[in-house]
Amino acid sequence: MYSQGLIGADGSTDESQDFLDRFQARIDAEEKIEPTDAMPEGYRRTLVRQIGQHAHSEIVGMLPEGNWITRAPTLRRKAALLAKVQDEGGHGLYLYSAAETLGVSREEMTEELHSGKAKYSSIFNYPTLSWADIGTIGWLVDGAAIMNQIPLCRCSFGPYARAMIRVCKEESFHQRQGYEIVMTLARGTPEQKAMAQDSLNRWWWPALMMFGPHDADSEHSDQSMKWKIKRFSNDELRQKFIDATVPQAEFLGLTVPDADCKWNEEKGGYDHGPIDWSEFWRVVKGGGVMNRDRIRDRKAAWEKGEWVRDAALAHAEKRRARKMAAE
Amino acid sequence: MALYQAILELADDNLVLGHRVSEWCGHAPLLEEDLAMPNMALDLIGTARTLYDYAGKLEGKGQSEDDMAYLRDEREYRNCLLVERRNDDFAHTMLRQLYFAAFMKPFWDAAANSSDEVIRGVAGKAVKEMAYHIRHAGEWVIRLGDGTEESAARMKDAVQALAMYVDELFVSSAAAAEAEAAGILPKRADMRPAFDAVINHIFAEAMLTTPEVAYPQTGGRDGLHGEDLGHMLSVMQALYRAHPGASW
Amino acid sequence: MVTTTPLWEVFIRPRNGLSHKHVGSIHAADEVLAIQAARDVYTRRGEGTSIWVVKSADIVASDPDQAAENFEPTADKIYRHPTFYDIPEEVGHM
Repeated sequence: MYSQGLIGADGSTDESQDFLDRFQARIDAEEKIEPTDAMPEGYRRTLVRQIGQHAHSEIVGMLPEGNWITRAPTLRRKAALLAKVQDEGGHGLYLYSAAETLGVSREEMTEELHSGKAKYSSIFNYPTLSWADIGTIGWLVDGAAIMNQIPLCRCSFGPYARAMIRVCKEESFHQRQGYEIVMTLARGTPEQKAMAQDSLNRWWWPALMMFGPHDADSEHSDQSMKWKIKRFSNDELRQKFIDATVPQAEFLGLTVPDADCKWNEEKGGYDHGPIDWSEFWRVVKGGGVMNRDRIRDRKAAWEKGEWVRDAALAHAEKRRARKMAAE
Repeated sequence: MALYQAILELADDNLVLGHRVSEWCGHAPLLEEDLAMPNMALDLIGTARTLYDYAGKLEGKGQSEDDMAYLRDEREYRNCLLVERRNDDFAHTMLRQLYFAAFMKPFWDAAANSSDEVIRGVAGKAVKEMAYHIRHAGEWVIRLGDGTEESAARMKDAVQALAMYVDELFVSSAAAAEAEAAGILPKRADMRPAFDAVINHIFAEAMLTTPEVAYPQTGGRDGLHGEDLGHMLSVMQALYRAHPGASW
Repeated sequence: MVTTTPLWEVFIRPRNGLSHKHVGSIHAADEVLAIQAARDVYTRRGEGTSIWVVKSADIVASDPDQAAENFEPTADKIYRHPTFYDIPEEVGHM
């Protein structure tokens, strides 16, 4: 999900075929791989990239929603949003921890985010322009994320799977929180309903793009499926998402901005119109309205926090020295 | 109406500081603090909500917690000046938190014996939260005060900037004095020894000294604030006010 | 310069009567901040009554290359398990 189907597992490797076969046999037997186990270098690299990107997405994802914490329209909403954005930070932290078991430090991953070497989900390069966007993000963006994160709880890499179990447990309130916001708006004043519809119009297509390119155009997902880092294809997940959310929009009296979206009895799911992939690639490649601002804000927090982190380390060193001197 | 006013002062203190702390979310110096600060903000906002709800009932005009938080102007806000000070840097934020919690911890401790049931309820929860805020903010004040040259300088700046707002914590408005006389709220001035003990202990470890304050700043309880509060409120209240009567 | 804040492993006792269980890790400069960070990160939903933290670097782990010699020899000692023994059903639960 947050990898947008763009991280293909890296199959190139120096290991012997015998080693690879034995590893594959463990995966096929649904054995979990733990950090100190022998693993193909490609498997390790793929996980570092994917978990890192997932973590970055959670951290950058704090910004668009954080944009409304100070403006939340009731104290109840303020508290819930604050708790939700805090959760995103927690999820980023769990995921960095999972990646760190593979021998890469959080600082290194952070540097890669800031330099642009590591990516994060493009959905967070769209701006939150109204309060309704907070509801829509919870409903659609978290809804889309959950579609992917539930299968990730069974990912072959133990620390990633364990982190995802914790994340999924905590996230169960996020989508409900979002849907409740949109529902309140949809049943509110005409201005509020218009706000909700406008928000759905802006987020619907980007939410569908979160699942990544169509399977036919997605180059590398085979190896990820084989290694059980990934369990469903991009299109399978996208279809599940559409089938779940279109009726939810109808229930609210809101219209999905796709004239071609209609129920297909034969396939037992909704058809949808063509996705504008040029828009997807524009934002992935840095051309979205918020790409630069997101990185600017993350870098600013990190750089402005450096003296704090340094002070804590310096103090720890002083205490160690004092303790040694006293002994 | 005196009790209503006195409760409102307490609620405003908690909301304004909670709001200030929430401004950090997503921008903290390390990820662990991005988790810690919302915890503190949520404690404060939670206390504010209970108190606004109670104030609304005391007033008896059917005002909700949100009406009170979102429809009053800066002249009507009754918070002390300390809590409205802007975040500035992490040193200012942690010191502001420490000062406030070092006052509120003994306050809620004493309020456990209030003659008022709602106040006793709030106190029971808030006293534990404030004890943790003292620890969390206090440990940071120590590390920044006795960390690097830069952090020590920033910590000293924060003390210089905020010490002048401390005295106001111990001053009871006319409304608060009435509630104190009725045994509903503890007497603010009585919190001094407990406050000093905590601050002196932490400052000693942090290599900080409390400066002489030539002109203590007061006025918050009369709605006489600095200019920052108005900006904070205009951000906080804009959406609620743009849609009168709407539900959210 | 990239300074590295040390990594700590966090163990939480969900409630009295249960053991501390590994839940994840956090970064902190020292043990006091580590406990606070663990509290703020891992007990937001009432998950615990007690916290342990230990520096990740201080953990000694068995060597995965020795996993076979460490753990496989026990596989055939099935007489250590109650199901190895045949007791007639009439005897009842034992």
